[in-house]
Formats: sequence, C-alpha cells, structure tokens
Amino acid sequence: MRTRKQAVLIETLILLGVVALLIFAAPAFLSDFRLNLLGKFLALGIVALAIDLIWGYTGLLSLGHGVFFGLGAYCMAMYLKLEVGAASSGATSAYGSGTVLPDFMVWNGLTDLPWFWKPFQSFGFTLAMIVLVPATVAALLGILTFRNRIRGVYFSILTQAMALIFTTLFIGQQAYTGGTNGLTDFKTILGAPINDVATQHRLFDITVVVLAAVYIFCRLLTSGGFGRVLAAIRDDEGRLRFSGYDPAQFKVFVFAISAALAGIGGALFVPQVGIISPSLMGVVPSIEMVIWVAVGGRGTLIGAIIGAILVNSAKSFLSESFPDFWLYFQGSLFVAVVLLMPSGIVGTLAHLRTRRVSAPARGPALVKQSAAETP
Amino acid sequence: MSDWLIETQQLTVAFDGFRALDNLDFRVRRGEVRVVIGPNGAGKTTLLDVISGKVAPTTGKVLFNGRSIGGLAENRIAHLGIGRKFQTPRIFSQLTVRENIELCARHAKTVLGVLSDRRLRDTTVDDVLALVNLGDKAEQRAGTLSHGEKQWLEIGMVVAQDPVLLLVDEPVAGMTDRETEKTSKLLRDLGATHTIIVIEHDMEFVRGLAQTVTVLHEGRLLCEGSVTQVQSNPRVAEVYLGRHALEAAH
Repeated sequence: MRTRKQAVLIETLILLGVVALLIFAAPAFLSDFRLNLLGKFLALGIVALAIDLIWGYTGLLSLGHGVFFGLGAYCMAMYLKLEVGAASSGATSAYGSGTVLPDFMVWNGLTDLPWFWKPFQSFGFTLAMIVLVPATVAALLGILTFRNRIRGVYFSILTQAMALIFTTLFIGQQAYTGGTNGLTDFKTILGAPINDVATQHRLFDITVVVLAAVYIFCRLLTSGGFGRVLAAIRDDEGRLRFSGYDPAQFKVFVFAISAALAGIGGALFVPQVGIISPSLMGVVPSIEMVIWVAVGGRGTLIGAIIGAILVNSAKSFLSESFPDFWLYFQGSLFVAVVLLMPSGIVGTLAHLRTRRVSAPARGPALVKQSAAETP
Repeated sequence: MSDWLIETQQLTVAFDGFRALDNLDFRVRRGEVRVVIGPNGAGKTTLLDVISGKVAPTTGKVLFNGRSIGGLAENRIAHLGIGRKFQTPRIFSQLTVRENIELCARHAKTVLGVLSDRRLRDTTVDDVLALVNLGDKAEQRAGTLSHGEKQWLEIGMVVAQDPVLLLVDEPVAGMTDRETEKTSKLLRDLGATHTIIVIEHDMEFVRGLAQTVTVLHEGRLLCEGSVTQVQSNPRVAEVYLGRHALEAAH
C-alpha cells in the first residue's frame, strides 16, 4: 500500500509532467489556432474547478457562475481597453491621465472617463479587482442567502436570477460597459501586441501555470480538515450545527473563493479570445459551465478540468462542422451523463477501479475521492 | 448559582396553534442522569429540540447554567456545552469514523480556525474511539457501519464535543439486546462525568440508568420520581404504562 507521502509525491510529479507537456510539447504539435483554443479551454477549466469546489465538494449548485467569470473578464477587458487608449494618446485628444476614451464611450457620447474606470489603468489594481469584485458579489449574495438558511434549489434559483440581473445591467449600461457588444478590439497587453503569436504563446503558458496553481489550491482546500467540513456540509448541514459549526460561514467563504477563481478564469479568457460580452456571462453560459463539471465528474477536481476541455472541444469541433447541431448535442450529452454516468467520466472510472480492487464500497454520485485515487 | 444545570420556566412551544410543549417547568440537577418518558406526541423530542436550539420557545424560558439560551442558534448552544444525539443516527456518512470524531473534537470551529489549526485533539479522538468501541473501525467510512455502531459513533461525536450536558434521544431504538446492554453501560459510564437527559421507552433500560424519571404527557409534566414511583403512579399507568401493560398481557 502506498503511503500518503508517496501519493503526494506521485501526484506532484504527474502534475509537473502535465504542465511541462502543455508548455513545451503542445506548441510543437498544435497549430497556433488550436493552441489558442486549448488555452481558452484551460481558462474555462479554472471556472470548472471553481464550480466543482462549491457543487461537487460543498453541495451548492450555482447556476450563476457566468457572472463571476464575466466580472473577472470585464475587469481584465477594462484594463486592455484603456491600454488601447493609452497607446494612441498624444495623437488624438487626451482625457484623464493621458488616456484616450475607449471607442464605445465616444459613440455613446461620454466625454470623460467614468470614475470607476480610471483605476483600471493600473495593472496591479486590475489583478486585485479580478479576484475581489467577484468574491465580494458572491460574499454579499452568500451572506443574504446562507445566513437566512436558504438552501438547495432556492439557492440555485437565486444565482440564476443574479445572472439575469447582471446581463440586463451590463446590456443596459451601454455607455459604461459596451452594452450587447461587450468589450473587444484590444490592441496590446502590457505593451505586447495582443494578437501576436509570441504573446498568445505566453498567455497560453500563463494559463497553464495558473490552472495548475488553482488545481493545487483546490486540492489543498478540499483535503484536510477544511475539506472534511465541506463534506459534512454536503452530507448533513443541520447536524453540523449541533456539532458547533456555523455552516453559513463556511458556505459564504467557499462561495466567495469559488467566485474569485471563476473571475481568474474570465481574466485569462479575455486576452486569448479577444472579447467579453453579456452573452458570455448570462444564464445559458452559466448552465453550460455546470454541464462541464457534470460530464467530467463533480467531486473530482481533475474531472472538472477534463469535462471543461472535452465539452468545449466537442463544441468547437461540432460548431465548425455542423453549426446547427451543437445545442442538440449538448442537451443530449447532459441528459445522457445524468442518466448513465451520474458521477461523470472520472467519477465512473474511479468507481469501476475501486470495485475491481474491492475496496470498501463508496457512495454513488457526489462522492469525494480520496488522495490516492485522484491522479 | 442554583444547582439546576438546565431549567425550563413556563416553556411553551406551539406549531400552528398545536402546543407541543405547554407551560412546562422542567429541571435537571448538575451531574444527574434523567430519563424522560411519555407516549408519542408527549413533547419529549420537542423538549430536546428547544434545549438544543432547533426550535425557539414560543413563550417561556430555557436556562442553562442560569443563562437564558432560548432561541440561540444550534452552534452557539453547542459551544456553551450542550451536545445532542438524534433518534435516527445522524453521522457524516462520507467521512471515516475517525474523521467524524475529529470534526466534533476540534476546538476552533470557524473558517479561520479550521484553516489554520491543524492540530487535532488526537488523544481525545483515540479516547473517544475506545470509549464507544470503534477503535478497530476508525478508518472505515461511517456510512458502512451497522445501525448500532452508528448510534455509538454519534454518541462518540457528542462526547468528543466535550459537553457538560448530553441530550440523548432513544439511543437503543433498533438495537439488539447485546447492543442495548453495551449502550446502557456506556451511558452509565458517561453519567459519572456528565449530566445526561435521555429519552427512552424501554423500561428495562430506564431502570438500569436513571435515578429520576420524568413523565411527559401532551406537552406537560405528568409526574416525576424514581422508576418504581413512576411505575406505581396510576395516572402514568393510565396514559402510558397501562397501555404497555395491556399490550404485554395480550
């Protein structure tokens, strides 16, 4: 039997191997277009981890994670948009501290950069906001719902309503958010031309590293004492109260963490895809995010990432070849997974393996895998 | 301070007009093992619910150590030193037996506490595991335990919280005779160091455990006394024991 230390070592080596493979080998085998797509999927993999953390491990189904993804993405997009202005300032009329107003603001008749846009000229501030804005929104919603012991499907409906409210808000405030079109047409990131192959490769590398870091973070959070409290919340939240814990506190915390991670995913998505708009953060994308995790296997971190990559690969393949077919396929995929593989691809594989070695039986769906089993 | 550890004063708990507890004055001395009996719907479980914070008093007071605790959240009450075991065992089935105990034994039960404090009271955990006879099943998933073992695990979880007062709801329901015997001994041992309130129907079990028995009927206190006194009380026989006696005769 492997000791815990050996298991951790093996897992670390595998992780390092995968990171090295992605950074050094993937560019050699994939075209720039495919590499860029993969980078996008990996950014979405971070969002899937975020959802798995609260759904798979804590039992909270959020149908509004598109909002947190979007908030992180918009923060990054605001920075990129201001860089466009900063680069061309001097040539045309300058506003604020040497910044040209973003194009859509000019079209909407704004003459001054709105106050809340100004600090996004700083990259450091932007990075902080990518984490803090989604986390704050989630913490507020979490405090209101969890303190009042709103649970289960009611929580899911509230998150769905939040997604609706935010998309409506972002579409309505066109002068400040770019409306339906969102924010796009970026030129540079930290001075480097954003569409250059070299820049995109660096962005891909950064995404791989951040995804690995987020994976390790989630791994540490879900194992050990904290992870067991999450499992207990999922199991019987009411019982946990009688043991002296306040589940609301833990749920608010983990919901905020999850939102921050989704924001990070959004921030990495934007420079690689070149756009963020309300249609990428609304109700439908929020549900799609949940589907990735369900397909890959909730409650297994690696499953969430695999689900995000597989479903999105299928999506891009099918929408390239059969544009009308994708939505039907996605719908049937979800139905099939729920009916045939309730614990997802990775969950089902792990289940088969434990059955073969006849270890003590594990529960069916929603099962947390122990250290030795998650690769 | 009075020597009543827990005391209810004119306690009423009403659900949609139905009075589960009706003007109840109930008190238990520090160090006592008290058994509460009564027919179905007498308000026994509601009494534990209101002491442990699951329901708030409609009117009246609950005093613990002289301090009013009526309406406090369950986790606050747990911190004050009241632990509860439920009728059907409620354990965290995905965690191992040891993890269940550890979770309850932890000192710091806040987010920061759990994240920063990785030291668990390991000796406590081992002691509790030995106490409830689950030492050899410590690494087993709690969901795979037998019914009786689950009952013991939950008692262990409550003990691990290091409570002053234990509330135990029908601990031997669904147990075999041997298991019942073991549980009886376990509760007697715990009674040496804790104040315990037990709800139980099994009169044989009650006789082995309690100095004082409280009989509830329709949310009110019917009578209180030793097992013999209670059993010879004609009103008790009428509402409760009589029916059992009749059933036993047939």
